[in-house]
Amino acid sequence: MTLRTLQALIAIFFLISLLIIRLAYLQISKHELYTTLSTKNWLDLVPIEPTRGLIYDRHGVLLAENISVFSLDIIPYQVSNINHTLQELKKIILLSDDELTQFQRQRRQHRRFDEIPLKLRLSEEEVLRFAEHQYRFPGIVIKARLMRHYPFNNSFSHVIGYVGRINTQELNEIDETNYSASHYIGKTGLEKYYEDELHGKVGYEEVETDASGKSLRVLKNIKGIPGKNLHLTLDAKLQLAIESALAGQRGAVVAIEPASGQVIAMVSEPSFNPNLFVSGISQKDYQALTTSPDRPLYNRAVHGLYPPASTIKPFLALEGLDAGFIRPTDTIYDPGWFQLPNNSRRYNDWIHNGHGTVNVSRAITSSCDVFFYRLATDMGIDHIDDILTEFGFGVPSGIDLDKELSGTVASPEWKRRVKGVSWYKGDTVITGIGQGFMQVTPLQLAAATATLANRGHRVMPHLLLGTQMPNKPYQAKQPILQDQIVLEDEKTWNIIIKAMQAVVDSPQGTAYRFGLDREYTLAGKTGTAQIIAKRGRPDERDAQTDIPDRLKDHHLFIAFAPVDHPQIALAIITENSNHAVKTARKIFDFYLTQPSGTKRHVDRQPQTKTQKTAP
Amino acid sequence: MLIDSLKQKLKKPPHDTRYRTFWQSIHIDVTLLAFLLLLSFAGFFILYSASNQSPRIIEWQALKLALAFGVMLTVAQISPATLQRSAPWLFAMGLILLLTVLIMGHTGKGAQRWLNLGILRFQPAEIMKLAIPMVLAWYYHRIALPITLKSALAAVPIILIPAFLTAKQPDLGTAILLVMAGASVLFLAGLSSRIILTLGACIAVSVPFAWYILHDYQRQRILTFLNPERDPLGSGYHIIQSKIAIGSGGMFGKGWLNGTQSNLQFLPEHATDFIFAVCGEEFGFAGSVLLIILFMLVVLRGLYITVHAQDTFSRLVAGSITLTFFVSFFINMGMVTGILPVVGVPLPLVSYGGSSMVTMMASFGILMSVQTHRKLVTT
Repeated sequence: MTLRTLQALIAIFFLISLLIIRLAYLQISKHELYTTLSTKNWLDLVPIEPTRGLIYDRHGVLLAENISVFSLDIIPYQVSNINHTLQELKKIILLSDDELTQFQRQRRQHRRFDEIPLKLRLSEEEVLRFAEHQYRFPGIVIKARLMRHYPFNNSFSHVIGYVGRINTQELNEIDETNYSASHYIGKTGLEKYYEDELHGKVGYEEVETDASGKSLRVLKNIKGIPGKNLHLTLDAKLQLAIESALAGQRGAVVAIEPASGQVIAMVSEPSFNPNLFVSGISQKDYQALTTSPDRPLYNRAVHGLYPPASTIKPFLALEGLDAGFIRPTDTIYDPGWFQLPNNSRRYNDWIHNGHGTVNVSRAITSSCDVFFYRLATDMGIDHIDDILTEFGFGVPSGIDLDKELSGTVASPEWKRRVKGVSWYKGDTVITGIGQGFMQVTPLQLAAATATLANRGHRVMPHLLLGTQMPNKPYQAKQPILQDQIVLEDEKTWNIIIKAMQAVVDSPQGTAYRFGLDREYTLAGKTGTAQIIAKRGRPDERDAQTDIPDRLKDHHLFIAFAPVDHPQIALAIITENSNHAVKTARKIFDFYLTQPSGTKRHVDRQPQTKTQKTAP
Repeated sequence: MLIDSLKQKLKKPPHDTRYRTFWQSIHIDVTLLAFLLLLSFAGFFILYSASNQSPRIIEWQALKLALAFGVMLTVAQISPATLQRSAPWLFAMGLILLLTVLIMGHTGKGAQRWLNLGILRFQPAEIMKLAIPMVLAWYYHRIALPITLKSALAAVPIILIPAFLTAKQPDLGTAILLVMAGASVLFLAGLSSRIILTLGACIAVSVPFAWYILHDYQRQRILTFLNPERDPLGSGYHIIQSKIAIGSGGMFGKGWLNGTQSNLQFLPEHATDFIFAVCGEEFGFAGSVLLIILFMLVVLRGLYITVHAQDTFSRLVAGSITLTFFVSFFINMGMVTGILPVVGVPLPLVSYGGSSMVTMMASFGILMSVQTHRKLVTT
């Protein structure tokens, strides 16, 4: 028995040696490996969302801000029975089905200990009511967070755009690390174009965590960089005035300060409320916006393509004079129609009986079609295309907005490529009055008008005046000069501009009745774009009361003022409505006849219909 | 030193009492008591940190330890002769209780192990830890040693029936300890080495069959033991986190209360079965070896008592108790360090927990009884 005890003792020492060898292996040989693993276990980097940059108009009116809201958040792992809790919660706080679906969807995408917003933007009463009952809802908290807010609601929505939750496609395109804490990303407009400037750089907190990933205390704080504030070239007061002038119509206005290329207003009507998108738009609201025949989501100013119609005439006349196809004094006789040689087809003038004998100035002033049919035929399509391209048609203007359309300057080569048919002489004829295949955006028209006002001096239209980091100096954006248009004879500009002035000043002018009683000089050109091919040319003063609304002509107007020192050049289009000139007159009156001094000051407190945030 | 002085005292002829010292007269083995107190004290330090400095847990542990030490001192008063007589009755009682648990046990942590006796929840398998070696020693006491194969076979049902019932609860850890307790008696009783080796071979052959008997979670544990990374978030998680805790401790540890693995809850069961990992993390290699030395002191004292016991029953019981104690802490440390599969065996006197502590201390009471009830025989 003593022998057996001895044997046992030997076995015991053998086993204990094994254990100690094992300990030495783990704690001495592999010490570094396990230290690394242990550190990785409990250190967690928690990203902190950088504050998104604010957006101001040119005078400092806030157009996009971050407001602090109180949201109701759920931390799922602290709630034992979520469905029951939600039922109970419904008795205290109104929860829509939309909010519940949104929550369930997000719940699947988050870790159990992440806070998931159930209801964004609690009202003051709701915050108080919940606070009263909080003890009954462990795992449900009220959290203050910053939410993007557009104080002017529907105004500016196309230009500024909106932010929304980051979707999977966007996740592939962004630096995921930098967005690890971000709730929003710019979806459209300037919010999207200047996303990098507005977003800033993510910050981090080094946090000690326990095994469930819950943070216990902050060890280190690595500050992020907030987004830059944007100062826009837009004039909020003008924008609002244009909007109210255009209210109830479908159309777009782009106004540019010619000397600088600064876009001082860009309006597309009808509009939408971008705030709907920030916290996730409801299916119903979204459906309403996408299916509306008025297409409120689409920014007509840069995405709308329209035939320029007669607004093209000053540009063609300029080239016709400069290249010597016509002289200022040359006249033609307009019988009311134009015919190509050896062709029976008649191209009608919008005045059935014709304008009679007209020279180039008169042809612009009273918008004589036959004069331009003939000029276009004489010039040839290649020559027409050259001058139109020089004015920026058919190419993107380069404005700081996403997916700007370039429109079309139709050429024989273009027609073969796109339509698969060859160019006819007749195509050239109708190009003379801006019909046919040519398409322009209101922005391109406005930019070309600004070039006209500048007498050939071209500046790229832009919306960003400058950027500013908090506590850092303001950085102004320099205007970008483009290829200048230089004429053989500078006086040709005056001939065209004078003719355009006569459009509003002369009784023969197509906009005469809207040009009366002005305090400033104005040069403009009207245009009427046909929706359906009719036998005759539309009468530019025709109200078209006898046909359905959607088939009525689009009306265009380009103009700038004052003529000697242009402060504003604009292009306006009203779809299926002849209010373009009348509306433009209101805009000019507003911008140029405000008592000096008040023009630059805008009411800082925008009228908002949104609820006040809870304290 | 203590042992030497005691030896000195033993050599001295007694004066007029039956017992040589005061301590012996109240049946306390001071050496064993000192070692156990030292171990419990070290255990408190570790548990304080492992429980995230929970005063509630420390109070409970102190209460249970006090109770267990009380049980130990009480059991020490019972003479080995009385223990011998009561052995079959204790075994019978244990068996009945085990069956009772199986029929109407209290389910705790997914296993039916507990019998709810009002305020005390009681685990009948614990009784068997004492009853099996005692009843075997009682049985072999009558026979001349070394035992034959025939008498060894009689032990098979005595060991396997309770072990099977316990494994069924399911509590594989305790079942293994029961088998080890019984087997240690056979080993000490001098079962021939040839038979032991043959038996070992038989067990090795039966392993594939045993595989089918095992519960799914037990199979998982064995598979995960063989390759913890197989299931890093499931059953492999325990052992991976345990190895990280121990390994990151290094030579001298992260310091008391500074273990991140346990304090931040990465290490599961850190106050109970995996408490040795907390020791490894906070006190390092040096601290772990020191703790092992404390355990070994108890084992050495137990073997000393075994060798000096005066009759077969006492020797067999004392030896079995000592070996079972060794096996229980070795299995625990082995599983925490990843050289043995994870079976639910607590670290005696250190892990937070009740039932096994009381039996453990009762068994040390038997050791003390054996040591202090020795008759004065001149050799």
